[in-house]
Amino acid sequence: MPTLEPGAKVRVRLDWPEARGPAHIRTPHYVRGREGTLVRSLGEFRNPEDLAFARPAPVLPLYHVLFSAKDLWPDTRPEHDVLVELYGSWLEAL
Amino acid sequence: MPSDSIPRPRAHHDLGGVERFLCERIDLSPHTLSDFDREVDALRQVLGQKGIMSVDELRRGIEAIPEEDYLRLGYYQRWLRSIVSTLLGKGIISEAELLAALEAA
Amino acid sequence: MKWEQYPEERVFAALRSVLSAKGLVTDAEIFETIAVTERASPEQGARMVAKAWVDPDYRALLLRDGTRAAELLNITMRGAPPLGVAENTPDVHHLVVCTLCSCYPRAVLGYPPFWYKSVAYRARAVRDPRGVLAEWGTVLPESTRIRVVDSTADYRWMVLPLRPANTEGWSEERLAKLVRATDMIGVTVPKVP
Repeated sequence: MPTLEPGAKVRVRLDWPEARGPAHIRTPHYVRGREGTLVRSLGEFRNPEDLAFARPAPVLPLYHVLFSAKDLWPDTRPEHDVLVELYGSWLEAL
Repeated sequence: MPSDSIPRPRAHHDLGGVERFLCERIDLSPHTLSDFDREVDALRQVLGQKGIMSVDELRRGIEAIPEEDYLRLGYYQRWLRSIVSTLLGKGIISEAELLAALEAA
Repeated sequence: MKWEQYPEERVFAALRSVLSAKGLVTDAEIFETIAVTERASPEQGARMVAKAWVDPDYRALLLRDGTRAAELLNITMRGAPPLGVAENTPDVHHLVVCTLCSCYPRAVLGYPPFWYKSVAYRARAVRDPRGVLAEWGTVLPESTRIRVVDSTADYRWMVLPLRPANTEGWSEERLAKLVRATDMIGVTVPKVP
């Protein structure tokens, strides 16, 4: 998992673990597959996808990622932004 | 521009931007918490502090409630469902113990 | 009959009796926890906002490390998730939501209100923030960009609102009385009555 710096353009993985079986996912459906800008690093936290099943949970970097609402819902008017906390495991650098 | 032809098999608790609710008014009337609400809330905190059940497990249990029940049940009723399911699943309590206590009441 | 078919109050009573018999959770622990929980209220967050309005150093700390800023005012943060603070400016207005559940800065605002946990708020805030604000009668200038903060993970977020006009020379205590929970989530803005 690459370390990402503020200002980096990122894409959220387009993946649906909840469609494959029991899962607990903190990445909202509306950002998956979308591109945003990394705003800040928020530190490191244990992976909730494992904590939810009381499994050993590795530590992941957590980031604040900013999206333009038009990139999430093309019909958005007027434009606004959405800021989302996302784990590094869900992000790829562009 | 993103294509919205991508299938988005979201889970029912994953509500951000969901069309079905976009025209629904927000209920701004004051709702005070009942004793039941406060006590369920506190029980979850105690279970967390004692390492018996985490907030992540609580959320997973809430998300596992079928959509129809999820939308019908009150907020802390969902919590109670999740707490009981989680404790049963982890073997902290058994269904027989719970049913015996229900019958005894 | 399955346990899900009993009334919730009875299930809860039965659960507590089982947990108590096992020595896992007592009623005393539940009532003590309620007492601690109820010490948190919007008045705590309002004190932080008012101090940030009059004290530039405190404002800087609040924006850098909300948890420490809360502790500096003797607000209990032990065991609470880290607190982040989003600063409103004339150009950017923040609105906090949790679309996945109901994450709320409880340590500084108390229990989340009913509307915050509602399906309608959770669905609409990220998509139509101006429509959501209108439900409170809040209308922002068109030139103000709204930034919706979806509280999806380990932080909890509160908003540092703009200080209202015509409050020059007011004491912290008087300013704090202007600030409501809804101002610190961003569905309203503080106003001089």
